[in-house]
This record gives sequence, C-alpha cells and structure tokens, in this order.
Amino acid sequence: MPRDPAAWVYVVARNAGIDRLRRDAAAGRRAAAEARVLETAVADAVGDDGHDGAGDRGAGDARIAELTEVGDEQLRLLLLCCHPSLSRDTQVALTLRLAGGLTTQEVAAALLVPEATVQQRIVRAKRKIRTANIPLVVPADLHERAGVLATVLGLIFNEGYVAHSADAGTLTRVDLADQAIRLTATAADALPDEPELAGLLALELFHRSREAARTDPDGALVRLADQNRSLWDRVMIARGFTVLAQAMAQRRLGPWQVQALIAAEHARTPTDWARVLRYHDLLLSMSPGPVARLARAVAVAEVDGPAAALAQVDDIDGLDRYHLRHAVRADLLERLGRTSEAAREWDRAAALAANPAEAAYAARRAREVGPQT
Amino acid sequence: MKYLLLIASDPTLPSPEPGDDDFDAYMAAWTQYTQDLTDAGVNLGGEALQGAETATTVRHEDGATTVVDGPFAELKEHLGGYYLIDVDTLDDAIEWARRLPVGTGAIEVRPIFPTDGF
Repeated sequence: MPRDPAAWVYVVARNAGIDRLRRDAAAGRRAAAEARVLETAVADAVGDDGHDGAGDRGAGDARIAELTEVGDEQLRLLLLCCHPSLSRDTQVALTLRLAGGLTTQEVAAALLVPEATVQQRIVRAKRKIRTANIPLVVPADLHERAGVLATVLGLIFNEGYVAHSADAGTLTRVDLADQAIRLTATAADALPDEPELAGLLALELFHRSREAARTDPDGALVRLADQNRSLWDRVMIARGFTVLAQAMAQRRLGPWQVQALIAAEHARTPTDWARVLRYHDLLLSMSPGPVARLARAVAVAEVDGPAAALAQVDDIDGLDRYHLRHAVRADLLERLGRTSEAAREWDRAAALAANPAEAAYAARRAREVGPQT
Repeated sequence: MKYLLLIASDPTLPSPEPGDDDFDAYMAAWTQYTQDLTDAGVNLGGEALQGAETATTVRHEDGATTVVDGPFAELKEHLGGYYLIDVDTLDDAIEWARRLPVGTGAIEVRPIFPTDGF
C-alpha cells in the first residue's frame, strides 16, 4: 500500500487510458493547483471585495503555516466550499475553484456556464463566507456535512463524466471527472468513517474505467452491452472493488454504495441481472424517485423481459421531458417488435437530449429501426 | 460575532395554547432554551411577538409615509420572535437555530452588521 492512498488512486486514475499529451498538460496544471489552493484560501481569509483571484498576501504567511500544520487543509477547504449555507450551484463552483484549484475560466468551461456567472457566484460566496463568518474548520458532527460533500462531488463527477461526451474532442470534461475523483479520494481518505464517500469514489472509478470504451473512433456513444471490454481499465476497476469493499465493511449502506454495487456488477462478466435488480430495489427503498424507477425498469427488462419492463416504465409519472425515459421506452418497444412506435420514441429522445453524442445516438437508432413506411 | 435568529412559523399550524395539556411542556422548552443561551454566555436578548394580525407597517416612499395594516411581507410563515446571540461563527449560530424548540417553522440566521469600528 502506498503511503498516500488518495494520491495513488489519483495517479492511477490519471494514467489510465489518457494520452500522453493530455497527461502532461494536466500534471502541470495540477502542480499549479496545489499551490493555488493555499493562495486562494489566503485570498479568502484576507478578503478581496469584488474581485476573484489572488488577494493581498499580507496576512498570508500565518495562514499558510496554520493550514499546513494541521494537515487537513484540503478537507477543511472542501467542507467550507460545500457548506450547507451556500447554494448548490455555488458549492459546485467554489469546490472546483478553491479545492480543485481551477481558474474561474476553467470552472466556467467545465460547467458550460458563462464565466461572468461563475465569477459572480464565487464573489458572492466569498462575501458571504467573510460577512456571515463561515468557519474554515472540521466540525464535530461530520455526518451531515459529509453527505453534502458527496452530493457536490457526485454532481461534479456526473457533469464531467456523463456530460463530457457533449464535446468528446475536448479535454476539459474528462479532466473534470478526474478532478472529481481526486477530490472524492481526498475526502474519502480524510473521512474514513463516512463510507458513502468511499462508495462514491468506487462508483466514480467504475464509471471512469470504461472511458476508453464509451465512444467509437468516430466519437459516437457505445452502449455498455456493446462495449469492447478489453478497453476497460482493469486497474481502476480493481481499485474500485477494493474501495467499495472497505466501505461496505463498515456495514452502513447508503445510496452511493448501492450505486457503486450496481456499477460493480456491470463490471463483471456476465452481469448477474437478478442481483442488479435487487440492488435497484434497495436503492429505491433508500432514495425513491422516478429516475431510480426508470433505472430499475432497465434491469427488469433483463430479468422479466421487455413487456414487463415497459409496463413499469409506463407507470412512471413526471419524466415526459427526460430523454432517457424515451430512450428506454424506445429500446423496449424495439425489442417487442413495435418498430414504428420505437422510431417515434427514439426521435423524441433525440429531440430532448441536451448532449449531442446522446442525441446523435438516439437519432441513429431511430434511423436504424426506421419509419416503417 | 452577533447573529439575529428570526423565528418564523405558519400561524395556521396548531401550537399549544394556555390550558392545553402540552402547554406547560412547550413553555418549559422555551424557558430552558433561553436559559441554555444565557448559561453559554451568548444571550443578548430575545422576545416573542404578538401575531402578524396585530402588525402595522409604516412605509417610507419619496419622502412621504403611509401607514397600513399588516406585516411588510405577506408570507406563509410569519415572524414570531427573535433571539440576538453572540457566538464565534455561523456554524455556532446554526447550531443554536437547530436547537430552537419551534416544532415546525423556519429560522433565518442573519449576521449583525458590525459597528465596532465606528
């Protein structure tokens, strides 16, 4: 076991499936980021009204000394960024800016929002941190705060991983997912008694391990069942299993661990769909909701067949504008031989998908199943 | 650092009235809370307000004033009282807000503008 497991996980994450060029560029930025974390914390402490960026260094030296002494500066910074008194959007932007060390411009590019918006969120957040006196501390009762941390880091990962195929040619989005993995590893490492953080880390590792197989050489999405499994990153998957096992050993199951269990099962060959279905039942009992029911229906299709799954999807309310609902219906209809209905649903999914790669995938399926004229 | 805990609740929700079985326990919880604030050395005062139906709003506009019936903001939740506390950080203030025996309601935690320098 390496001395610093978080760093090790990150190195593993960085090295896998990414080309040399990207790695070198990111490594340079990372080194700069580490330095910037402290600088930014200093700028925060000193205060810089109306400006985001490096502030007066006057009171800085003492602050740096204090942060380094305690040795949990990253954790305290993460907890500050994810303070429950800040809005979710602010937590995400602040985490990337302060804990991740990204520039305002990089945060804006990563979240696909205008730089001015990010700038404003961060300036307001800093003002609130200062004016309302939000402390840079590790609180005694960490459980609830760890939950917020997991939510924010999960959002960042999702933004990077799921949304990144929006512009598969750019590096930013993969970097964002890697940034989330790095921060989650830091948090999980600093808070070993919060197994949900490790659960999230495992989930991120399982997803990230499939990066190289997710798109074909033309950049088109490849669905899980059709992926070339030899492209999956075995080291990352193994690390995911280890992290998940350590989390589960604490016997305090939560939604992140269950989602990681589902992702883990998908990493096995062949996938035990009955088990996946049981995990989905468990997940639904922990965090019910239409999206969780939709995900469960996909497993139902594998266990009880497409007709049973379709009945369940049709029973879910409130997802009419959600492209994946139409994609799942389309796929089920196709398997049932109802091709013209399937084509209409693929079209609908394509129209609703915000992500070009997903839209292109749905459009292609619509063409393949064809309007039966 | 001073914070104002503004306590709001929905007046249509039942709350114990004098004579109810649970009224004494309800009042005791508030008395205890106030005592806890005092014991911790953070209590700068606090009062419960009469109902919003007793409120009068004096509005200043363009140098003129008008007097109207009712609170200044029509919300589902009405301001019902406040505490002024002196604690170190927002986290401490939030913790005291959590401990308020409001049953169902909301507490707005607002830092007080510092006047030390003036």
